[in-house]
Amino acid sequence: MKTEVIIIGGGLMGSSTALQLALRGYKCLVLDREYPGRHASGVNAGGLRRLNRHPAEIPLSVAAAKIWLNIRDLLDSDCGTQFPGQIRVAENESDMQKLEARARQVEKLGYHHEEIIDREELYQLVPALSPHCLGGLMCRDDGFGQPFHALTAFRYKASSLGVEFRIGARVDQVDQFKGDWRVQTPVGSFKAPILVNTAGAWAHQISQNLGEPVPLSPGSPMMMVTERIPRFLDPVLGAASRKLSFKQMPNGTLLIGGAHMAKLDFNRERTEIEWRKLAVSARTVLALFPQLKDVRIVRSWAGVEAFMPDHLPVIGPGLEPGIFHAFGFSAHGFQLSPVVGQVLAQLIAEGMSEFPIEAFTIERFSSAKLISKQKVV
Amino acid sequence: MFKFLQDDPAREWVNIFIDGEAVLVPDQISVAAAVLYQKKGFTRMTPVNAAPRAPLCMMGVCYECLMVIDGQANRRACQETVKEGMKIERQMGAGEQS
Amino acid sequence: MKSHYSLVIIGSGPAGLAAATLAADHGLDVALLDEQNQPGGQIFRNMESMPASRVEILGGDYQRGQELVEAFRASDAHYFPETRVWSLNTQGEMGLIEQGMARMISADKVLIANGAMERPVPFPGWTLPGVMYAGAGQILFKQAGLVPMDGVVLAGSGPLLLLLAWQYIRAGVTIQAILDTAPLTNLLRALPHLPRALMAHHYITKGLEYQNEIKRAGVPIIKGISSLEAQGEMSLERVSYRKGLQRQQIETQCLLTHFGVIPHVYLSRAAGLKHHWDHHQQCLRPVSDEWGETSSRTLFIAGDGGGIGGARSAEHAGRLAAFQILYQQEMLTKQQRNQLAKSDRQWMREDLHIRPFLERLFHLPPALLNRLPDNTIVCRCEEITAGEIRREIASGHDHSNQVKFITRSGMGACQGRQCSQAVAQIVADQSNQVISSQSLYRVRPPVASLSLGQLASLFPEEQE
Repeated sequence: MKTEVIIIGGGLMGSSTALQLALRGYKCLVLDREYPGRHASGVNAGGLRRLNRHPAEIPLSVAAAKIWLNIRDLLDSDCGTQFPGQIRVAENESDMQKLEARARQVEKLGYHHEEIIDREELYQLVPALSPHCLGGLMCRDDGFGQPFHALTAFRYKASSLGVEFRIGARVDQVDQFKGDWRVQTPVGSFKAPILVNTAGAWAHQISQNLGEPVPLSPGSPMMMVTERIPRFLDPVLGAASRKLSFKQMPNGTLLIGGAHMAKLDFNRERTEIEWRKLAVSARTVLALFPQLKDVRIVRSWAGVEAFMPDHLPVIGPGLEPGIFHAFGFSAHGFQLSPVVGQVLAQLIAEGMSEFPIEAFTIERFSSAKLISKQKVV
Repeated sequence: MFKFLQDDPAREWVNIFIDGEAVLVPDQISVAAAVLYQKKGFTRMTPVNAAPRAPLCMMGVCYECLMVIDGQANRRACQETVKEGMKIERQMGAGEQS
Repeated sequence: MKSHYSLVIIGSGPAGLAAATLAADHGLDVALLDEQNQPGGQIFRNMESMPASRVEILGGDYQRGQELVEAFRASDAHYFPETRVWSLNTQGEMGLIEQGMARMISADKVLIANGAMERPVPFPGWTLPGVMYAGAGQILFKQAGLVPMDGVVLAGSGPLLLLLAWQYIRAGVTIQAILDTAPLTNLLRALPHLPRALMAHHYITKGLEYQNEIKRAGVPIIKGISSLEAQGEMSLERVSYRKGLQRQQIETQCLLTHFGVIPHVYLSRAAGLKHHWDHHQQCLRPVSDEWGETSSRTLFIAGDGGGIGGARSAEHAGRLAAFQILYQQEMLTKQQRNQLAKSDRQWMREDLHIRPFLERLFHLPPALLNRLPDNTIVCRCEEITAGEIRREIASGHDHSNQVKFITRSGMGACQGRQCSQAVAQIVADQSNQVISSQSLYRVRPPVASLSLGQLASLFPEEQE
């Protein structure tokens, strides 16, 4: 059977899209430049968070949350998911006002998943928290999963439905050839009428090649994890006015993120930990949990992720027929991945999606529109 | 399991407590050495399988000798020097005391 | 401690001591950092406070250490004990903990002289209390004057095993047996290299002297054993092994193993230096030249951390690196450098003659890892077995990094130091790959112990 869809990038978005297309009977080939999950998809913080999403992302995020709660039905694996809730903590009055305004905004949009919790409830949920906090904004069944396990589960399930994955397939060139899109890689040249660009931090190179340049900047958010300590924290914590993502994993280790960026040499694919910024992360954690000062950091790392200027992804059809994009998730794509696969599969199979995706169009970057039109002329 | 060579008459001795038991050991030695001398058998129980472990490398590389030292969990016994009155406990799991 | 030095040397073993002394004597502003509370490294541990009788038991090399330490103490080099480096980059910036305090410092040149570590080789029961590395036995001996009760068993292969046996015998310890895992074919493969090896004959002479002494003491050396196992409930009760077709066992409470040493490459890898897989030494080593220059202009390497050569070679390598740094810092002309470095270069060239012989004699038999039973723990920290690792390789995770992500092997407190080689070898064997510099887990900093509080204390000026 001839390949109908080529997916460039075997990360979460690519694998999820492949799975959804396979469920609809499409024959897909996934190309990955190294191995799936080498960068952002495999090494992110695994947050399953609706809390504090951009309004444009809320419908997708709410739909995704439902899938994650029963992810085993889709992927035959629980992907290490747990749903102890996520809380943004208010450390002072102005934080509290900010969270209350946010709660009102979400309510106005017709959603009820983000709730204000008072000081008493906050300390019931997080007794170990430093006593200066005033309350928080909580999503009760938000949680987290294990990114590499989730990615692997997407890939296995897709493979079991006939999706082919090729590793070490760095894309050298994309062009049109006898009505198909042709993708040239060191492991072969592949053709299909439909091309999906889920190339993560390399997606702008693909879209550039297609004549649809986008202002994507690769970045490397740093994470660190500590040694195991006795259990003291259930929910995932953020802070209203600090960069933080903080949780205790089921095995007792603490996972600390906060989107502080490592030094990145994109061409050599090398990241270097920026201790100056990671020290800020450590201070944030200790401001909330001073008792953790002697806990040892076991490792720190930074995956390479695609950031858009407005921190919203590109999801939807490209400017040329047969092209579809899903990239630029700006370090908050993990949770959206099951639903992004659905969106692309719907667009490809039915020409439209049940979800509102206007905000994510590639055409919002006017230069892309302009350059593409010039090319057509 | 281990014994001291009687080769250092000038040696000073300190009192420490291993799992609550008072023990006299030479100063300047590591906590791990003191524990091996005490025939304690193991220094920690692992967090995954609750299996007993004891010092392996003695040079700070293997992290097998994690103990609770003066109330602080996850200390490497081979990297800490005994001090008068030090309280040393075997570590259970992720840092609970025995 | 200042925030900048012309030269920072990491590690105060023979390489670090020799380099620091030489560089300081030529007027360079040198800081020597070391994790212990006295200079000497693992080989000359506890040098300055060891009773004379113990020095005597430990043998002649140890006295050489005293000379190195005395010369270093007499130099103008700054010495920082109880100091560990947890990050390093090619700009010469490093993060360290000095006596509990975190600091960032920098240097024009950095010499990595952090030595070797025991080659971890998993076998059934190696996690049982009572099983330790021979190197650990030596550390207990040097640092605490602690020796095993009678009946200890030594197993593995490599010069250190014989040396330790020789030292224990001199200290009056009764060794029950030495189990030699080197296959008899190793000797056959080594023999053609013997004539060349005789050019550096002091090693051979010493090796034979150890062997004779061990025989005289009546300690059985059981050669060519395989399938080594440690058995017991809560701690070691017996050692079991195969000799020919027979399985034998020895009752003991203490087993000290040794399968050679490998360069401790965590710092050099974290710094992003180029490394290569040395198929003879069966380990990863940083790419470097005879002057200790690496793939970075700023970073140098000397001693066992750059490739196993032993304490005497480390001393010469340390001096060669110091000469090159002095030359690059324009404190020596090229001519002066060449003149002064003559005897050290000569030693290093001669020393190379012995390596092919030793490397073949002590070559690790592949059967040790590829016949490892499925229920043997490979990753000690996360308690991951060979079987779990093989299962993930079988389902398509054919790189140790992927095995790590999916099983957590290598994610524990030791940061993969104890399992990275074994996992890489198991992956290579099962997926028919040749092991290479890319086969090991990626190194994730910090490469030494760093607490949240210590990290938080850095860069207080940074805006939040």
